[in-house]
Amino acid sequence: MSHTEKKIANADQIRSLEEMFDAKIARDGKIEPKDWMPEKYRKTHIRQISQHAHSEIVGMLPEANWISRAPSLRRKVALLAKVQDEAGHGLYLYSACETLGISREELYEQLHSGKAKYSSIFNYPTLTWADMGAIGWLVDGAAIINQVPLCSTSFGPYARAMVRVCKEESFHQRQGYEIMMTLCNGTQEQKDMAQDALNRWWWPALMMLGPTDEQSTHTEQSMIWKLKRKTNDELRQQFIDQTVPQADIIGLNIPDSELKYNNETGHYDFGEIDWEEFWQVVKGHGMCNKERISARKKAWDNGEWVRDAAVAYAEKQAESQEAKQAV
Amino acid sequence: MKKNWPLWEVFVRSKNGLEHRHFGSLHAPDAEMALKNARDVYTRRNEGVSIWVVESINIKASNPDDNEEMFEPATDKAYRHPTFYDLPDDIEHM
Repeated sequence: MSHTEKKIANADQIRSLEEMFDAKIARDGKIEPKDWMPEKYRKTHIRQISQHAHSEIVGMLPEANWISRAPSLRRKVALLAKVQDEAGHGLYLYSACETLGISREELYEQLHSGKAKYSSIFNYPTLTWADMGAIGWLVDGAAIINQVPLCSTSFGPYARAMVRVCKEESFHQRQGYEIMMTLCNGTQEQKDMAQDALNRWWWPALMMLGPTDEQSTHTEQSMIWKLKRKTNDELRQQFIDQTVPQADIIGLNIPDSELKYNNETGHYDFGEIDWEEFWQVVKGHGMCNKERISARKKAWDNGEWVRDAAVAYAEKQAESQEAKQAV
Repeated sequence: MKKNWPLWEVFVRSKNGLEHRHFGSLHAPDAEMALKNARDVYTRRNEGVSIWVVESINIKASNPDDNEEMFEPATDKAYRHPTFYDLPDDIEHM
């Protein structure tokens, strides 16, 4: 066989391996870390799982801003627990990602250098206490809609991490909605604060579900690999349909003059999303992009001596253990 | 100094009577810290009554590429299963 012939034979072999691989996923078979997988599958999963992990980690920052100023002990312990869960979710996801052969340090490096993205929603500022309510209700609400289908995604470690994440997430949304409800039952000033938070978070929450299907480049492949079970537009519609009645119940107005229930489709019609804003934030020009990454880097850099001291202590302990055994 | 914390695998017993099950992994400088971190990362809601941690490099794993020679010898040994054996229809408790 000539060199070219060998190459073609090899390419054919890979194509048939890929067909078998896709067929296995179509049968609801799971892929585990040491199984053969197409390089593109590995890369796509590293990208998506790490983005997801980074979003959990960066997502702690806007809320941490309010822990010390929570209005009661009840609110404070709940917010603390929520932020701690987010750290946990980030850790589950980082370990799932590492099974694909990338190290934790590389993952952090990609976040800190800006090479890896995280959810653009966390680049908006948290101006008032009501933002804690809006984030839990809307941002976690949208996240749940995104995440539930991932519990049955094809890559085993990702699916298992998502099962755990989804179990823990529903308290996040409920505590947020309860904050909004309490504000809406309060003084006019408190109700205005809740409305203002909804006004600011509504559109970014809709953007969180990703670009429109027309604009989305990875949808088809992601559907085959079950990284996606529904398209972005379907998820967005689901989010709107379930959230609008929740706003009505507590007497808040969705800031969209074109929002209207459509009797024919059984869904809400809604106004145009400002995608220009979305892409600006994704590209790093949001209100808090720089602040978030610099806070994250500062925490990492300032923690270095602690990590080093822990290693030094562990080594010392191991040495003295060896010395004891030698005697 | 720049030395990264090694990876540990975490196994949790959900309640007495059940076996420890693999829950996930984490990084920690030593076994003691791995145990403490595992408590915080994997059992924030009473998911366990006992935790094992083992440094990942100590696990020897089989390779899925070898699955044929590893596991196939078992598939053609139907006689290891009770349904392989013929019995009269009216026999009970067997």
